[in-house]
Amino acid sequence: MDLTQILEVASATDPGMVRSHNEDSVAADAANGLFVLADGMGGYNAGEVASGMATTVIITEMQQALGRTRPYDVDQKTHKPLAPRLVHEQVLKANTSIYQAAQSQPQYAGMGTTLVVCLFYDNRVLVAHLGDSRLYLSRDGKFRQVTRDHSLLQEQIDSGLISLEQAKHAQHKNLVTRALGIDPSVEPEIHEYPARPGDIYLLCSDGLCDMVEDEDISMAVQAFSANLGMAASHLVQMANDNGGRDNVSVILVRVLREYPAARGVMAKVFAWLK
Amino acid sequence: MAKLILSMDGLVLKEIPLTKERTTIGRKPHNDIQIDNLAVSGEHAVIVTILNDSFLEDLGSTNGTVVNGNAIKKHFLQNNDVVELGKYKLKFVGEAAAAAGTDKTDFEKTMVLRPSAMKTATDQARAMASAPGGAQAAAVAARAAAAQQAATSASAAGLADKDPKTAPPAAPAPRGAQPLGAIQLLSGGNAGKELELTKPLTTLGKPGLQVAVLTRRPQGYFITHVEGAARPTVNGQQIGAAPTALKDHDVIELAGVKMEFFLKG
Repeated sequence: MDLTQILEVASATDPGMVRSHNEDSVAADAANGLFVLADGMGGYNAGEVASGMATTVIITEMQQALGRTRPYDVDQKTHKPLAPRLVHEQVLKANTSIYQAAQSQPQYAGMGTTLVVCLFYDNRVLVAHLGDSRLYLSRDGKFRQVTRDHSLLQEQIDSGLISLEQAKHAQHKNLVTRALGIDPSVEPEIHEYPARPGDIYLLCSDGLCDMVEDEDISMAVQAFSANLGMAASHLVQMANDNGGRDNVSVILVRVLREYPAARGVMAKVFAWLK
Repeated sequence: MAKLILSMDGLVLKEIPLTKERTTIGRKPHNDIQIDNLAVSGEHAVIVTILNDSFLEDLGSTNGTVVNGNAIKKHFLQNNDVVELGKYKLKFVGEAAAAAGTDKTDFEKTMVLRPSAMKTATDQARAMASAPGGAQAAAVAARAAAAQQAATSASAAGLADKDPKTAPPAAPAPRGAQPLGAIQLLSGGNAGKELELTKPLTTLGKPGLQVAVLTRRPQGYFITHVEGAARPTVNGQQIGAAPTALKDHDVIELAGVKMEFFLKG
């Protein structure tokens, strides 16, 4: 099912005001409803290599997998849709590729990347993430964070060691507890949510949410909602105006219409006729 | 070296470096930090400093010890924490911040905190638990030490910022220094009405017909066309797709309504 007419997409990525190169990587495949954002880490250019590998591997492997099956097909054994398993498999493939490259080439030793992946299918959105890259949702004028960071800070907040107010001024904001390509295996956090027409999803790297308050991000997404491209470049600009100390990347996805999976016999015939 | 800055009513009285493992605070003269005030107990509190971490502990004082507005018994001091003792305030400036003199540390590159790092850190903390400060503090210290560990191991592995030519962070222009802008409607039903542009973004126009956004940035105010077939005009000139800077007394026309942009001194 081609989603290009159903999802409106805009993305932007920028090295920021301080760093000389961009270790973030974004990739979008609107036809398959697949969006990937990665924020790499590692010395020299290894961060770019890791995030670039993550987005490329996940997009290409997923395209191949979606050529063989459909995400809403039901697994014969578990009687659940295949999508979570498909995404999980591709994330693991990306993990293996990055980990092996890091092991075999000394200049890439220790590289890794955070990740947030969205797959839109059957009026749903599937989200997989690792580390502190985030997904936000703007729906009916409300703006909320969908993913929970895998970071030391988030753990401290969860365990009640520090308050949200203290977290804003905390040190060690940069420490993530899960990442892609660091260890031979990894467990991405995967959830599914119902998607509705009018929803705007924002995938972003920590370069945005560290520099710009959630409230201001929300305001910008809503003010520029009629023009997603403008919204994306404005978000990057806000991060840079506030200092832009890290690479900034955003992907904005708006759901224009419902997109139920074509399951019935008639639907298959129509799909075939098209 | 971490330090404390003692002040009263916003007036800085002195700076106290935390050189000793135990720094005592109280009214009596034998304390390391003597605060001669009746609201302060004879032996009021103690700061235990182990390596780079400092813990504040109340010694059963009459009026209690308050950190950032919360009464505490034991507290792991973090950069910029403010300890209140009666009318006196003690601001804690951490090791890294005191050394660098900037807040460079909080925007280090993203790094992974690995379980192996956690383990060694826990061992460290266990050793620390025997030191004054107690087991409770050790648990907290484990995390912080793990962070430290991750940072060190990361730099050893070549993970740390390897970019020597990195420029110092561009200091964002303080919001307060910028003059406040406002718009006054010149035509339409609400002519004469004034709107102050205090928010970073202000949306103008009618959704579905013509919408523009006024953005407040460190460089000044900008107008951007967002929606609609016709673009707004500034001083009779139609604006382009990119944000257009606004000058004092520019006249904007949008969805048939004229308005003047001006800066308030």
